[in-house]
Amino acid sequence: MAGSTDMPELTASDFTPMTGRRETQRIVRPSRSYWQDAWIRLRSNRRAIVSLYLVIGLLLFTFLGPVLWNVDPASQDVDRISLPPGADRQAEVVAPYRPWQGDEIAPGHGVGEEGLGLAMPANTQTIRLLWEPMPGASGYRLYRNVFPPDQVGSPGLPVAEVTREGQLYYEDRMDLQPRDYHYTLVGLDGNGEQVGSTDTLTVTARRAITVEEVRARALHDAPDSLSSGDAVRLSWHPLGTDYLGRDMLARLMAGAQVSLFIGILAPLLFVLFGVVYGAVSGFVGGRLDHLLMRIADFVIALPFLLFMILFQVVFGIGPGESGIMPMLVALVLLSWPATARLVRGQILQIREEAYVSAARLMGATRRYLIARHMIPNTLGVILVTLTFAVPTAIFTEAFLSFIGMGVAPPTASWGSMSNEGLKSMLTHPHELILPSVMISITVLAFNLLGDGLRDALDARMRNTE
Amino acid sequence: MWRYTAKRLLQGVITVWFIATVTFFAMHSVPGNPLSDARAATPEIRANLEARYGLDRPLMEQYGLFLGNMLQGDFGISFTQQNRQVNDIIREHFPVSATLGILAIVFAAAGGILWGALTALYRNRLPDVVIMFLVILGISVPSFVFAGLGQLALVNLNTLAGRTILPVAGWGSVAHMLVPALVLGLSTMAYLTRLMRSSMLEVISADYIRTARAKGVPPGRIFTRHQLRNAVLPVVTVLGPAIAAITTGGFVVELVFAIPGLGRYFVQAVQQLDYTVIMGTTVFYGAFLVFMVILVDLLYGWIDPRVRLQ
Repeated sequence: MAGSTDMPELTASDFTPMTGRRETQRIVRPSRSYWQDAWIRLRSNRRAIVSLYLVIGLLLFTFLGPVLWNVDPASQDVDRISLPPGADRQAEVVAPYRPWQGDEIAPGHGVGEEGLGLAMPANTQTIRLLWEPMPGASGYRLYRNVFPPDQVGSPGLPVAEVTREGQLYYEDRMDLQPRDYHYTLVGLDGNGEQVGSTDTLTVTARRAITVEEVRARALHDAPDSLSSGDAVRLSWHPLGTDYLGRDMLARLMAGAQVSLFIGILAPLLFVLFGVVYGAVSGFVGGRLDHLLMRIADFVIALPFLLFMILFQVVFGIGPGESGIMPMLVALVLLSWPATARLVRGQILQIREEAYVSAARLMGATRRYLIARHMIPNTLGVILVTLTFAVPTAIFTEAFLSFIGMGVAPPTASWGSMSNEGLKSMLTHPHELILPSVMISITVLAFNLLGDGLRDALDARMRNTE
Repeated sequence: MWRYTAKRLLQGVITVWFIATVTFFAMHSVPGNPLSDARAATPEIRANLEARYGLDRPLMEQYGLFLGNMLQGDFGISFTQQNRQVNDIIREHFPVSATLGILAIVFAAAGGILWGALTALYRNRLPDVVIMFLVILGISVPSFVFAGLGQLALVNLNTLAGRTILPVAGWGSVAHMLVPALVLGLSTMAYLTRLMRSSMLEVISADYIRTARAKGVPPGRIFTRHQLRNAVLPVVTVLGPAIAAITTGGFVVELVFAIPGLGRYFVQAVQQLDYTVIMGTTVFYGAFLVFMVILVDLLYGWIDPRVRLQ
């Protein structure tokens, strides 16, 4: 470099200081704390937000529901059992029951062309049947079916055998429900064999109620003003009733209280215990750590459901006790080690982090380290564990109640309701479907929320989805 | 390897001892005993019965006897079934549960691996979305609902066919096992599918897959030899706990489908407070689970040599 290049012309203005200042460092984004950041990440996760709303909805259903729907879950509507959801609740006022000997026939009624007819309008109080004599028959047998006989190939249940000379009527009062009944009449000879053809009649029974019943159940303001034929609205069961005539909605709410009580309190307690246990173990270290972890290993090895059942026996659920408390204790006793292990691992990891060493170097006390570094950094993992523990606890409660080792009747729980509903699954599916859908929604909501929280709170545990 | 095996086995034995001890003292802390009912009509009869079951001795002596007998593989006599050995009960009913459990595990593992691999291959496309939706359903719906629905499906199937294609309940033939085993394995299958999916997603983008592709290995071979084989490893690890979950989860399925398995028997024994049967089955089940987990862990070391080094 011999300096042969031409120097540019320099003027005085080249040596004046520049006016503008360039910022070399600037904070572009607003400063956010870990929790603000996590919240923003959670909010952008649509599934997590939906599940969060579901959880809130469930809590409202459980705690606000019974206030709005103030029905005793144990009270029975005995003549309205296993009502499907949204069932008709109109009832017709009828006169009190009077015995009938086939003599009285309401206008417009009587023996029809089929040979079998109604003497009076059919209702759930009584169905009064009349028929024409059949040639060669000395007696009659009457069958009743809730399905059309020609479809199912059977006349149904024999309700009566009429053998008295000249009796051509029968009054059916056996467990009448507001629905269609298909009657089949068969003529019998002296030996009880069938003669001739059969008569059939389809009857629609309407729900009947007497003034006395209206008054007893307080269904009308002025029961005395009612006369036969008036319509009365019965008590409302929006989700139907169960096999004992108890309101499903009220029972679902009562069951929600049990399920969520166990499902939320048990995880809270055992996670708390596990956190303390694991933190002590991890922080103290050494031989105590070894001992504590051995104990946790043993508890983990216990067959969980077997011991849940065993503990239910040990705590002894006497008659009339709900069995909720024993379940809670057993859950806590058996479930803490997983959290303890997790927290211990976290603490061990954090203890070796550079920022902890730095803090220690600058003279941080043990208390400061725990409060400032250990707890905030494990909180995310703990929260995620807690969310995932809720479905497990709810499942366990449902499982135990289902096999009859959980809550005792009349306490409702979703598990015990499912158990009862399973028996009448074919005829009244809503008794099984409603509680099991509630369990499924709850478990689903907490699982999705757990997924979302894990993604938002803990980048290391983030799913590869 | 042998040292590790021996160590694990020793730990297993100690765990079983722990389970036995907890069960023993838990059972003996229950107020009253199985003989405090009408059968013990007079104090003399009661004393005789207590002597027969060893209930008249001090607690620690009973404990010693229990451990001694257990070591010889003798769990005593049932309280509620006259002169029936607990061993006989286990011998008779456990094979039923085990058969059901093994079949369920096979269903769960095969289904989980297959569906998991499929979802990963079709990531974010229709098969993935549909299967993952079903998986979430499988995790969220309690097993007794599946059991009920399974039975309902069987009833409808048989009605439609006009004859019994698959029996609705009971035990005896392969036809009896299929649906209960499927129901039993369903939640595990859902769980394994999820696991397999994330493990497969990790494998799919691994360097050795790219290498294999660059070498010109056909896609089918990459899938079976490289992706599936490596992705399946985490699934094997959870098989131990899965066996535990399936064997104990068998209670519900055995109850609903009226299968004479040990799980149903255990629930019955608990309801009748049959001490010896409860203790026997708990210890037996506990031991079975503990050693199953050890077996799977050892198996894992055999499948994946990397684990052996640690």
